[in-house]
Formats: sequence, C-alpha cells, structure tokens
Amino acid sequence: MSDTSDKTVNGEIHQRPLSPHIQIYRWTLTMFLSILHRATGVALYAGTLLLVWWLMAAATGPEAFALFQGVAGSWIGRLVLFGYTWALFHHMFGGIKHFIWDTGAGFELSVVEWISRGATVIPILLTLISWVLAYKFMGAF
Amino acid sequence: MSEMRTPLSRVRGLGSAKKGTEHFWLQRVTALANIPLAVFFVSAMVAHAGADYVTVTAFLSRPIVALVMLLLILSMVWHMRLGLQVVIEDYIHGHMAKLLALILNTFFALAVGTSSVLAILKLTLA
Repeated sequence: MSDTSDKTVNGEIHQRPLSPHIQIYRWTLTMFLSILHRATGVALYAGTLLLVWWLMAAATGPEAFALFQGVAGSWIGRLVLFGYTWALFHHMFGGIKHFIWDTGAGFELSVVEWISRGATVIPILLTLISWVLAYKFMGAF
Repeated sequence: MSEMRTPLSRVRGLGSAKKGTEHFWLQRVTALANIPLAVFFVSAMVAHAGADYVTVTAFLSRPIVALVMLLLILSMVWHMRLGLQVVIEDYIHGHMAKLLALILNTFFALAVGTSSVLAILKLTLA
C-alpha cells in the first residue's frame, strides 16, 4: 500500500513496518516468470495497437497498407514484431502453466521447476521456429 | 454475532461486489479461447510474411478467416481488459487516479475492439 505512515494520538508520524518486497528474496525462476507474465501481458495490451493499425490499413487501401508494411518491415519494426511474437508465446505458456496449477496439480517443488523451465524454453523455441518459417515464406532462403 | 458463513458461501452468494468469481472465471475462459485463436493468428502471420496488399486482403476477406479473426479480437480484448484491470488495482492506489485508469482501460479495450471489428467487417463484406 502507498500509505504506510499514520499519526499517533500525539501527532507524531508513526512508521508502520512494510511487508518484505521482492528485493529481499533470493531470485527464483517461478517469481521471475510471475513478473514476466504480467509484463508480457501489459506489452501485448499495448501491442494490440499494431494489430489495429494492420487491420485498419488493410481495410483502408493499398497506400495505407504500404505505409504499415514499410514500418513493420524496417529493422526496428521487425525487432518489435519479433519481441511481440515472443511475448505472445511466453504469455500463452505462462497461462497454460497457470491452468495446470488451477487444477491443483503440479505443486511438488521439482514439478514446479520443470513446468517453469518448459514455460521458459518452449516459447523461445516457438518464436525462433515462427521467424525461420516467416523468412522461408518470404523467400529469404 | 460475527459472520458465520464461510468465504466460499459468500462467493457463491456473489459476495460484497455481487460479482462472485465472474472476473476470475472470464479471465480463464477467454485465456482458453485465446490459445487456439492466437495459434491461428501467428500461423496466418507467418504464412503471409511479406505478402502484398491483394494477397492479405483476399485472405482476410474469406468468411472463415474473418470469423476466426472476429472471435480472436473479442476474446483477446475481453481478456486484456480483465488483465490490465488487475494491474491497475494492484499499483494505482489514489481513488480518482484508479477510477480514471479503470475507465481508460475500458475505453482502450472498446476502441481496439470496435476498430478491429469494423476493419474486418469492411474487408469481408466488401
């Protein structure tokens, strides 16, 4: 909470103790993924503007679509889209991980660790595979 | 006398906000729907990487593609509004600031949703 101080009857500021926050704990993969799940969610939220732009450009006409393609096809555009692809896959597998835990299964520590490792590595692999295939469809090789 | 009802019965009785577990449940339902829809979307994007205007608009105008895209937009927009609502409630504590952020969240989700739906309908009904 933002308001951690209040006044005693004498009018003195009384500092209430704060609960331990993230900087006090040893980092674990699970907490890192928890934070990343939220971060990718927020990034995907903002990134829907790109989806809107793409759809509206396609609906508007060839010139508007060419402008979108020019920006999306630039190196910075591709970097953003690459990041967006990863964020989507990462958030998806974070969600699947939560579905497993929602059922009450997979809470043994070793299982938690393996689910977390899978939810880290699989999205990276799927992102790379998607982009290799995309370049293949573009005729890059 | 103190409350004798268990937390579960309070939620089943819809709780103090009269919404019960609706937020939690819709978050999961839309998340589940998003999986196949997003897989379709990424696959379609990969297959159309570098495709020209005519190819892309022809693809989007096919009724089955437009239908899946509409479902994707609806499920995704709903999911992201629920998700950011929680983020806002966690980090913004000022009453007015929180209220404003929650309203803007709804406006953003609606703007993204309606403009996407409009674009898809124009492409498929043209």
